[in-house]
Amino acid sequence: MNKSQKKTLEANDIHVDFGGIKALGGVTLTLNSGDVLGLIGPNGAGKTTMVNVLSGFQKPKPGWVKVDGEDVSTLSARKMAQVGIARSFQAARLFRGLTVLQNLVIAGLGIGMSSKAATKQARDILDWMGYRGGHDRQCSALPYSDERRISIARALALQPSFALLDEPASGMNEEECEHLMETIVNIPKHFGCGVMLIEHNMQVIMGVCNRIHVLDGGKSLAEGTPEEVKKDPNVLRAYLGEKNTRDDAVI
Amino acid sequence: MTYFIQVLIDAISLGSLYALVALAIGLVFGVMRLINFAQADYITIGAYSLVIPTASITPPLLLGALPAVAMVISVVAVVTVLALLTERLAFRPLRSSDPTTLLISSFAVSYFLQSLIILVHGGRPKTVSIGDSLTGAVEMLGVRIPGVQLLTMAVALTLLICLVLFLKKTPMGVQLRAAAEDFQMARLLGVPANKVIAIAFAISGLLGGTISLLFVVQTGTLDIKIGMMPTVYAFFATVIGGIGSLPGAVLGGYIVGIISVLLQSYLPEEMRAFRDAGVFSLVILILLMRPQGLLATKASKERV
Repeated sequence: MNKSQKKTLEANDIHVDFGGIKALGGVTLTLNSGDVLGLIGPNGAGKTTMVNVLSGFQKPKPGWVKVDGEDVSTLSARKMAQVGIARSFQAARLFRGLTVLQNLVIAGLGIGMSSKAATKQARDILDWMGYRGGHDRQCSALPYSDERRISIARALALQPSFALLDEPASGMNEEECEHLMETIVNIPKHFGCGVMLIEHNMQVIMGVCNRIHVLDGGKSLAEGTPEEVKKDPNVLRAYLGEKNTRDDAVI
Repeated sequence: MTYFIQVLIDAISLGSLYALVALAIGLVFGVMRLINFAQADYITIGAYSLVIPTASITPPLLLGALPAVAMVISVVAVVTVLALLTERLAFRPLRSSDPTTLLISSFAVSYFLQSLIILVHGGRPKTVSIGDSLTGAVEMLGVRIPGVQLLTMAVALTLLICLVLFLKKTPMGVQLRAAAEDFQMARLLGVPANKVIAIAFAISGLLGGTISLLFVVQTGTLDIKIGMMPTVYAFFATVIGGIGSLPGAVLGGYIVGIISVLLQSYLPEEMRAFRDAGVFSLVILILLMRPQGLLATKASKERV
């Protein structure tokens, strides 16, 4: 399932407003296959809206999204998945009545694999993730952290060029976070895709991303390597406030 | 004691029928948020396809004249094609509209089909006798079980098992369940929407055809409202069970059927006319205690 050729997902000057309230006011970013790009920002910065735009749930107005130079801004979420943009959701949204394996098999069938091939792929991905909770376990009975991991696995089963992960670590304990970080770091190597990670947990972001894009109030505030972003005065101000009064912040 | 066992068999037999109709309604609701009241008319048309359209109240047989196996297959085929046609012509163009529009259109389809039957067959109830050999009773352990009820239970059980196997074991069945649980997510993962919906309708047609046959064998009458009561009961069953949940629909079907028969058998003679009132009060009670139904799903929550 390695995709050797480089692919690029570009978003240019994305604007979204909800009835006069600006959610995004001109965000530009690029995600390359092989990259792990972190998308961070305070609450209400527009992170999830940005993921919604990139995955076709929200149409930018104005602004465009291109995959390898081809404009995909007007595609539906379903078509976006077909051109190789897969996402996981904050609320994992697994099919709770189905087994872990079936949740992944569905994705394989969806991209046209035979039932047998889809099942094999599903088992491979679960093994690769080190998931030992039982392939035939019904998803309604999964612990929270497994739910998150399976939803990532399911996004990967679509063999995407780009995987957008929306807060995969939320609610996980330290040990589970460690494990998740290891998984995310290895996604580009193993699947050849680019990963975009939205996350509040700075330890996870700093640990796995090679680039970080910071949003604040619907605008791009900074982009760079973790070290650059950590030192950026604008970022510090957005996160810590003008006078560094909130020293419990996690950068 | 034997009376109780006989009542119980009655109850399970009726419950099985309702469970089948409820399953049909639940499947279609699951994949397209449509409460399909035309399900009643699928059943009715299946029943009327047994006879030649005439004004007579004892009409000559049409599909009913075929040998048993051919008759079953042809009636089920007629109803399945009908269900697929209504999906293609009436419901698919409205698929992305809101549930209210879909509900209204299902009423429209239902009235259209009813009027069509009146136009073709006339509005008077008719008698038809098929499956006479089944009217005899089988005696087991001192309990007399009418053949029709044995047949109903056997057919319902077989269909339920087949459906469960289809839904659990086949790729298409798994996709159907995924779509019934979270249609948007399923589409996102590439589940073919049109195919899944068509299959849900085909199954509802298949169940509808079978139910119409079981009904006619039981009652020996044709009436334009023949499908109405089981569908209304089945609709309540799906609501009690937790709308969108397929096991819930089956459970609800059995609850409604069993309670209905128990009331019929154990209410004092002069109160039996209020059987339906009793069943429906119970529905209200259950919903007051568990508004989301007994086996709730996340079907009602729809967010990105």
